[in-house]
Amino acid sequence: MSSIIFEKSMPGRRGATFPKSDVPIADAIPKQYARTSPLALCELSELDVVRHFTALSKKNYGVDTNFYPLGSCTMKYNPKICEKIAALDGFASLHPMLAQLPGCGGFAQGALAVIHDLENLLCRVTGMDAFTLQPMAGAHGELTGMMIVSAYHRKNGAAKTEVLIPDEAHGTNPSSAAVAGYEVRTVPTDPATGLLDIGAFRGMASEKTAAVMMTNPNTLGLFNPRIKEIAEIAHACGALLYYDGANLNAIMGKFRPGDGDFDVTHVNLHKTFATPHGGGGPGSGPVGVKAFLEPFLPAPRVVKNDFFALDGNCPDSIGPVAPFYGNFSVCLKAYAYMLMTGGAGLAEVSEQAVLNANYVMRSLSGHYDVPHLKTCMHECVLTAKRQAERGVRAVDIAKALIDKGFHPPTVYFPLVVKEALMIEPTETESKETLDAFINAMIEIAEAAESGPKSLHAAPVSTPVGRLDETKAARDMDVAFL
Amino acid sequence: MSFVPATNEQRLEMLRACSAASIGELFADIPKTLAPPAPHSGFFGTEGASEFEALTICERLASENNARIVSFLGGGFYDHFIPAAVDAVASRSEFYTAYTPYQPELSQGTLQAIYEYQSQICRLTGMEISNASLYDGGTAIFEACKMAMSSTSRRKVIVDCGVNPTYRKMLKTHTAAISVDIAEVPLWQDGGLDRQRLSGVIDDGVAAVVLQNPNFFGVIDDHSDIVDKCKSVGAIAIQSVYPLALPLIKSPAEQGFDIAVGEGQPLGLPLSFGGPYLGFIGAKKQLARKMPGRIVARTADAEGRDGFVLSLQAREQHIRREKATSNICSNEALCALRAHAYLSLLGKNGLIDVANLCRNKAAYLRECVKKSIPSIKITDRPIFNEFTMALPISADDCVKAMAERGFAAGIPVGRYYGGDSDNVLLAAVTEKRTKAEIDCYVGNLREAVGVKR
Amino acid sequence: MVPTDLRYTRTHEWVRLGGDAATVGITGHAQDTLGDITFVELPKVGAPLTKGREAGVIESVKAASDLISPISGVVASVNAALESAPEAINKDPYGAGWLYTVKAADASEADGLMDAAAYEKFLESESE
Repeated sequence: MSSIIFEKSMPGRRGATFPKSDVPIADAIPKQYARTSPLALCELSELDVVRHFTALSKKNYGVDTNFYPLGSCTMKYNPKICEKIAALDGFASLHPMLAQLPGCGGFAQGALAVIHDLENLLCRVTGMDAFTLQPMAGAHGELTGMMIVSAYHRKNGAAKTEVLIPDEAHGTNPSSAAVAGYEVRTVPTDPATGLLDIGAFRGMASEKTAAVMMTNPNTLGLFNPRIKEIAEIAHACGALLYYDGANLNAIMGKFRPGDGDFDVTHVNLHKTFATPHGGGGPGSGPVGVKAFLEPFLPAPRVVKNDFFALDGNCPDSIGPVAPFYGNFSVCLKAYAYMLMTGGAGLAEVSEQAVLNANYVMRSLSGHYDVPHLKTCMHECVLTAKRQAERGVRAVDIAKALIDKGFHPPTVYFPLVVKEALMIEPTETESKETLDAFINAMIEIAEAAESGPKSLHAAPVSTPVGRLDETKAARDMDVAFL
Repeated sequence: MSFVPATNEQRLEMLRACSAASIGELFADIPKTLAPPAPHSGFFGTEGASEFEALTICERLASENNARIVSFLGGGFYDHFIPAAVDAVASRSEFYTAYTPYQPELSQGTLQAIYEYQSQICRLTGMEISNASLYDGGTAIFEACKMAMSSTSRRKVIVDCGVNPTYRKMLKTHTAAISVDIAEVPLWQDGGLDRQRLSGVIDDGVAAVVLQNPNFFGVIDDHSDIVDKCKSVGAIAIQSVYPLALPLIKSPAEQGFDIAVGEGQPLGLPLSFGGPYLGFIGAKKQLARKMPGRIVARTADAEGRDGFVLSLQAREQHIRREKATSNICSNEALCALRAHAYLSLLGKNGLIDVANLCRNKAAYLRECVKKSIPSIKITDRPIFNEFTMALPISADDCVKAMAERGFAAGIPVGRYYGGDSDNVLLAAVTEKRTKAEIDCYVGNLREAVGVKR
Repeated sequence: MVPTDLRYTRTHEWVRLGGDAATVGITGHAQDTLGDITFVELPKVGAPLTKGREAGVIESVKAASDLISPISGVVASVNAALESAPEAINKDPYGAGWLYTVKAADASEADGLMDAAAYEKFLESESE
């Protein structure tokens, strides 16, 4: 471990200086309001700080350093030009209030154009009629979507209390529905197909159902072809159909949620549209709706007449979900990415993402069990069941991969598959990289057969070994004070 | 411009390995009737731009903005100087191309940075625990209220109108569908807290009381008396704070607050037309299990080496699903890293310097306006770097006139507070504004308010 | 082997009848499935509990599950030692790892719960 930054502090040292005050020194803040406790921040030189962070960065895997096939996360390459564009002073230094001030709208026309155009592009990719860029992450998009659903039903005087969600769904789905005030009912997956159990679903849908949340392809990497039937059942009881765009990278140019009768969707710009994940964020989770739900979108909305302007006169709007227009610079990076791919490039993205996932699945199917051995979409789910019988669990395989220079796939998710290994290669990885990964996975499977014990010590090549999570939770040392 | 490296030969080879004759076969599960109309001639037939062309398009759009206007805008979002080293360390792609640190052995860089960020927030606010970040200062208030409701089993939230009006709106949006009783308490006419009225509504049915310091009108205060009142009835006291004021003003902990939240944008994040920003949160230790989002903890490996992990994950959506403390998954980790780098670079003395520069310059502006434009009324409430002026004309007209003169003069308050506040303008001053700019602003303001439209 | 003097629920709580109040805990199987327990949220003394409803939460590193009340009544006491040492549940789930005691509203409610033999059978059927 590098020492904690506060331990490097040297009283009197400075890392940033500011101009001398060119105005008179003001009277001190009245005692009653003034801070008396010490400001215990570090005192370091600029080089101290730069070295500290550089040392930390070397202890990280990123897409730029290693293959990162984390299922459900779409860890594709993040083009550098998008970073450069987001840093352009005309965008980076623009105060968001400018667009709302009288006489100042003309100062933000370029930024408003980006919002307007990106909303439009997202409509074309998804087949929805209108978008908002306000939600600041995927889960925030889900919550926004559920709040729109709720506002719609309230407006229609429909007392609906439940949201139906498949058991394989991401945890954010039930969590977002619950934060929006709904009771969550879990619909089982048909173990034979890996798809929603339509019989069970039909039995659970009722006049109480406010919405059905679906990810298609689902978290098992399988596309549900009976989506129209599901939509009919949902709509017949007055429920809306929600499309979780987590897996949009699989289907661009092949299927638009709008054509599958979905009413609301969110997309993750930090997955599908190549904006960086930032070690956990920031993301961006724009929400798209069919025309009948447009009045409920968060206000204000960007409109175009002779000029771009903001329209805050939206009486049915759920209100703002962000302080301004969402994570604008993330949106800008996604916009630049879409300029470069064009629609044809997005279709190519999905084709290659799906081919890469199938190639990995087929190449590993002799060595690992595949619960649903059929064509998958952009990700495949294997199980380490066979290896677990030899004492090598999914977590051991993950840690062994680390020693071979790969970021592990997602493990133990989806919950409906025991010892799950969920692999999403993405389209930006070459066949050479995939082959190297496949070889590593095969070597690990062979090691599990011959000498399973050797895998329990992994990883040995990292700055730390497996960490004591129980101690972490019991000691709760969450700040260096 | 394509970022797909596969060659045609490789594609064919891979298809063969999948026993598929064409890429189309891999999409056979998607019924033909669901395919987009005219997939190859419509949008999905459009070609992309080259990197150079995309840059040119975006540079043109950037030039259609005026980010260089001399700005006195604040309202929670400020034009502070960002040292170059903040950009340099946050541009390391080992940080920004990583995912949430689920695999700790490969993520010690991100994890230690977050642990240190949590420590910075605790040291700044005086609170005992923090988390890896929330979306922004507005959703942070919503999350804090949820913590309070969950720990008190009560459903009533009192919000002082000194809290940023946009945050109050966001709180209403986020709670519209759940049974929460939100009561807003109006301010005194001069922008200060209405203590009597506020104390009067805090009873044993209240889950949380939300205050802001400095408040939206720039007024600084000591809320200890309100916090005492909260404690006497078992309500959770929440304060939203401007982090750059904290070197000088009483910290939330010094006033006894249970939860501190705020917007971290002033800590080294560019304005970027609204985001990404950074919601920070600090709390007392006994609220740890109610805390939303990721929390990093220090622990050790089998050999006794110190290391960091995501901890208390059982509270989170990926495990607890509909019963999680929050639905947050992606947060603002890279923004937190920037704030951490900013606080490290400035350190104790740099932060005090910036806070004093802001305070001195705002005081100077206030004095100049008082002296040279008697028709503008300004109260004597203590401020940090922002204050309101009651103009002789409508604030909207003033802002319009000032824009023509090259100034973003401030935020008209009437749009949020209505009533007779149409002539009230909120102006903020950061360390980036020079004496010459302030003098020029005052000269232009005098002319602008002198001309009635 | 599970203790024969206790009654069991399908959600893996046990209850010991007798004396003024019934004692409640989680079974050896439950603690084993959860793994290292890091935190328990117990009901407050005096709180009314309803059979089959949530009484608290038990947390391990990778999971959190609700404690379901096996019997209705009012909480008489809680095992405060668990606050600082929740590992007692792992070490001694039927002894030092007890969770709380409850003054049963109707002790006959426990008749509907499984005895040791039935619970063991239930565990076998669950593992299949």
